[in-house]
Amino acid sequence: MNDKPFPESLIAPGHGACAGCGCILAMRHVLEALGKNVIISMATGCMEVVTTPYPETSWRVPWIHVAFENAAAVASGVSAALKSLGKKGVKSVAIAGDGGTADIGLQALSGTVERGDDVLYICYDNEGYMNTGIQRSGLTPFGAWTTTTPIGKVKRGENRQKKNLPAIIAAHGAPYVATASVAYPVDFMNKLKKAAAIEGPTYVHVLAPCTPGWRIDNSKTIEVVRLAVLTGFWILYEIENGKLNVTFRPPKRRPVADYLKMQGRFKHLTDAEISEIQKMVDNQCKHFGIE
Amino acid sequence: MKLTAGAVIVEPGNAAKNKTGSWRAFRPIIDVEKCTGCGLCSIYCPEPAIHKGKPAKVDYDYCKGCGICANECPFHAITMVPEGKR
Amino acid sequence: MRRMLTGNEAAAIAAKLARVKVISAYPITPQTVVVEKLSEFVADGELDAEFMKVESEHSALSACVGAAAAGARTFTATSSQGLMYMAEMLFIASGLRLPIVMANANRALSAPLNIWCDQQDSMAVRDCGWVQLHCENNQEIMDTTIQAFRVAESLSLPVMVCYDGFILSHTAEPVDVPEQKDVDEFLPPFKPQYALDPEKPVTMGPMGVPEYYEEIKCMQQEAMRAAKEKLVKVDVEFGKKFGRRYKLLERYHSDDADVVLLTMGSLSSSVKEIVDRYRERGEKVGLVKLKSFRPFPVEELIDALGHAKAVAVLEKNISFGSAGALFLDTAASFVNVEKAPLMLDFICGLGGRDVEALQIREAIRAAARAAESGEVRKTVRWLGLREKLVGLRT
Repeated sequence: MNDKPFPESLIAPGHGACAGCGCILAMRHVLEALGKNVIISMATGCMEVVTTPYPETSWRVPWIHVAFENAAAVASGVSAALKSLGKKGVKSVAIAGDGGTADIGLQALSGTVERGDDVLYICYDNEGYMNTGIQRSGLTPFGAWTTTTPIGKVKRGENRQKKNLPAIIAAHGAPYVATASVAYPVDFMNKLKKAAAIEGPTYVHVLAPCTPGWRIDNSKTIEVVRLAVLTGFWILYEIENGKLNVTFRPPKRRPVADYLKMQGRFKHLTDAEISEIQKMVDNQCKHFGIE
Repeated sequence: MKLTAGAVIVEPGNAAKNKTGSWRAFRPIIDVEKCTGCGLCSIYCPEPAIHKGKPAKVDYDYCKGCGICANECPFHAITMVPEGKR
Repeated sequence: MRRMLTGNEAAAIAAKLARVKVISAYPITPQTVVVEKLSEFVADGELDAEFMKVESEHSALSACVGAAAAGARTFTATSSQGLMYMAEMLFIASGLRLPIVMANANRALSAPLNIWCDQQDSMAVRDCGWVQLHCENNQEIMDTTIQAFRVAESLSLPVMVCYDGFILSHTAEPVDVPEQKDVDEFLPPFKPQYALDPEKPVTMGPMGVPEYYEEIKCMQQEAMRAAKEKLVKVDVEFGKKFGRRYKLLERYHSDDADVVLLTMGSLSSSVKEIVDRYRERGEKVGLVKLKSFRPFPVEELIDALGHAKAVAVLEKNISFGSAGALFLDTAASFVNVEKAPLMLDFICGLGGRDVEALQIREAIRAAARAAESGEVRKTVRWLGLREKLVGLRT
């Protein structure tokens, strides 16, 4: 009988994440990259709920959940405490979903970055309020079905593009901002290590699929978010002290339809709508110097 | 069981007592001949439920049968078979 | 050392003497000076603490939660809208059992916007699980804030120290400022039972499933009950060391009075003066000044008011659709008690409206009439209200 399964992992198995969940995988990569000397402040959301139903916890590091919109503020408080108590070598890390970051969490995050607090903020982006049942967020992509952007007779899906969070945080003057994908774990973990080593507010935004939310098969989690990158829909880059560096250029950019057609949340799209999305992706790639 | 003030959980990782292997409808079977020990399966497993090795070793106590490992293995060394069949 | 201090200054100096480690507060009238003074202390190196320039009250208390959870002694301050904005966090802080201390300069609630004193703000959050203490003067603010850290840390409960906005926050009074070494002896460094620490990882704030939530909440209620005893204990100890005691409530010429007024905060001082004048004329009127609103000291109030014929509650708040919060809790205390006084509720001083001697006398007269006739014609009344303006009287 295994007393401590996977002892090297700072997240224990036995949590309630869906089979094939991209977000819990992101959490594994985070802890793998950062190690045990962290204090995690997590927002309400899927990751919080599936890992800590009292009296159980999956976390093998110090961890606190407070509310939905304040992961950044809590992490700032942790960081201030560590500083005031003279405790060195421990990193304050805030983790929240796209909802808890881009929408309700934006104020707290903005404050943390503006103040220059020593916090590594990680946004796991599954492009919707998944924990409450797949409602749209400010990071839901154009055209996507969600329960609050349903495909109806008059309106068809999300009509707004993703809020550009990395750009917003970079505009605050954060010393390090990066995007990542769970299909590129080495890139993700390198960026996390880099961000953690900087004293100050750093931001890493990882695209991580939700299998029921994106309407994909459990086994396709990695494949789909690899395609997000290979089609230029999601670009892997870092902005270090204002300087942009694209960390992965797809060798031959695939049509975005390949990515969209893998997911049930886009199955309603007409060819015309897909073309529109292709144009948006083309513009985005142009901006980043990707052919 | 003793309740803590503020519902603080003092035993790290005690969720491991949940054997989520019971969720499975399909189980991954490793072909030891084909497995090269690259470890990609263990990097991509959400739980974690698969140990890197040559061959990789599934922890069936926790594997939820998502099939990511089988889908990602570059050597097609993992097959998903319906749970209950050998 | 004796100094002329405003209430805000007293609160700030008390936090400084308590050697808080993290201050996270957002400015709002009439609390602003607390925040300003503390940032000055830190900037001058007089206080070795992190001063967080948070961007809202919600983040202020959120940061306090993070800091307290990581093991630092924390302090914040707010009023009115700020208290409302952090309302969600108040419940969370107490649910997480973190010993945060907060100064609240009582101010009226919007809408319409009003920056002046009443106690609606702290009454509106009376359910939040914080110990809620009220101060009559600036000395009491200084003393109560220092005691608050002892109480909070020994119970793992957050404590709110309330004082009237502008009336106390901005008015200078002579205050005996305790010596740092004496406060150090009274208040040892914060040693949390649980802290976020990689050496001993814990999980805080899990999902409290139905199987356990009720028990966890009951533990909170039990801690509140233990708070009553703890408040008395700390008060006695403070009295021995610093020579000043406040108790859970103060009985001012009330033990032999037929008519007793009940109030909280600075209004107590005004009422005491009126009580003195009645006593000079040989009339048996008294005051019970309540200091601890949460936990609500039921036994002590029954003991202090049970003998009276009529109790006039004067309070600066109203629970719309019902009555004033202090009246409601006091009346509930007597509901199963055989010998209970008649009770009248007087809503007064809302939005900074001055509570004049004339109004206090009006309340005493109404209570005296009730005491004599044995009945209360109108339970809830307003003092100082211009009825014609409201159309209540043509």
